Amino acid sequence: MIADLLVGMLLVATAVTGTAVALTRDPTRQALVLSAYGLVLGVLMVALQAPDVALAQIGIGTAIVPLLVILTVAKVDRELADREGADDTGDGTGEDTGDDAGAREGRR
Amino acid sequence: MTRFAASRLLLAVGGVGTAVLLLLALGGLPDLGAVPHPYADRAVHAALDHDTANVVSSVTFDQRAFDTLGEEFVLFAAAVAAVLLLRRFHDEEQDAHDLDYGPRDVWGAARLVGFALLAPTVLVGLYVVTHGAISPGGGFQGGAVLATGLHLAYLAGDYRTLRRLRPLAVFDVAEAIGAAGFVLLGLSALFVGDPFLTNWLPTGTLGDLASAGTVGLFNVAVGMEVATALVLLLAKFLDQALVVRRDGDESP
Repeated sequence: MIADLLVGMLLVATAVTGTAVALTRDPTRQALVLSAYGLVLGVLMVALQAPDVALAQIGIGTAIVPLLVILTVAKVDRELADREGADDTGDGTGEDTGDDAGAREGRR
Repeated sequence: MTRFAASRLLLAVGGVGTAVLLLLALGGLPDLGAVPHPYADRAVHAALDHDTANVVSSVTFDQRAFDTLGEEFVLFAAAVAAVLLLRRFHDEEQDAHDLDYGPRDVWGAARLVGFALLAPTVLVGLYVVTHGAISPGGGFQGGAVLATGLHLAYLAGDYRTLRRLRPLAVFDVAEAIGAAGFVLLGLSALFVGDPFLTNWLPTGTLGDLASAGTVGLFNVAVGMEVATALVLLLAKFLDQALVVRRDGDESP
């Protein structure tokens, strides 16, 4: 009974965090929400007596995949900022220092 | 606008319908672990025949080792493809600017936790890999723990520290050895007259570390392959995000 309740609660938490992942639009935030979703999924697997699957889920779903997403976003942001910077020096306008700093902040 | 409303309505009907059907199906599921299952019973018997305490490991590395071979090479191919695609091109250069990322940008508490957990996590990863035949876990899970654990060095220190900790040339070779080890271990069965991937070694006593014949060795091969593949994959992404620059761009 208590086990059923626990699994039920975790299933609801999985549904809620899964929906939150789908509704988050910004990729960097989405990676973090995905990480939380992965953690809930891992706990659900422990509750369903699959600790080994939970271990792999937490390692890959909570740490590695969100990290790959964040690193990719950082790379794309920097490429875009660099390109904008190059364009601006070409045009001679050069007023994107704020953007550039923002992009750098995003990487951290 | 009406088209938009219609599509919303369709989505709502479909969503509610799917939810109702899934909930109805949920009520019809057998209780967790309560009902005897024909395949589960046979799998447990086969596992005990080979003195393998972890039945899941017996299924993946003994009864259905051929499936696992395919699974391992899916990961191997993915890692090789990532390494190939994310290599440094001739119009890109290395810029060491972000190598020092770490100490001054990360909270002290996070650094302390990363530092304190690094060695225990790696030890747990090795334990999970080597005890795959007798307790929950195995090569895949332990490999994932090892790979993520190693990256605590990045949290605790900086990218330079992480790079010193994982010489990529060594990991390249180790990944190949892990993948080849699985195949060679499977081929070794042919020399004693058994089919490919047969568990032909003496199986020992149920529950001993050295029990279960080849299952433990398969776990070590897979653990090596998974850990190094994930580290290489992350290394390529980290390099691209932190170090690799297009030629001619001035560094900020």
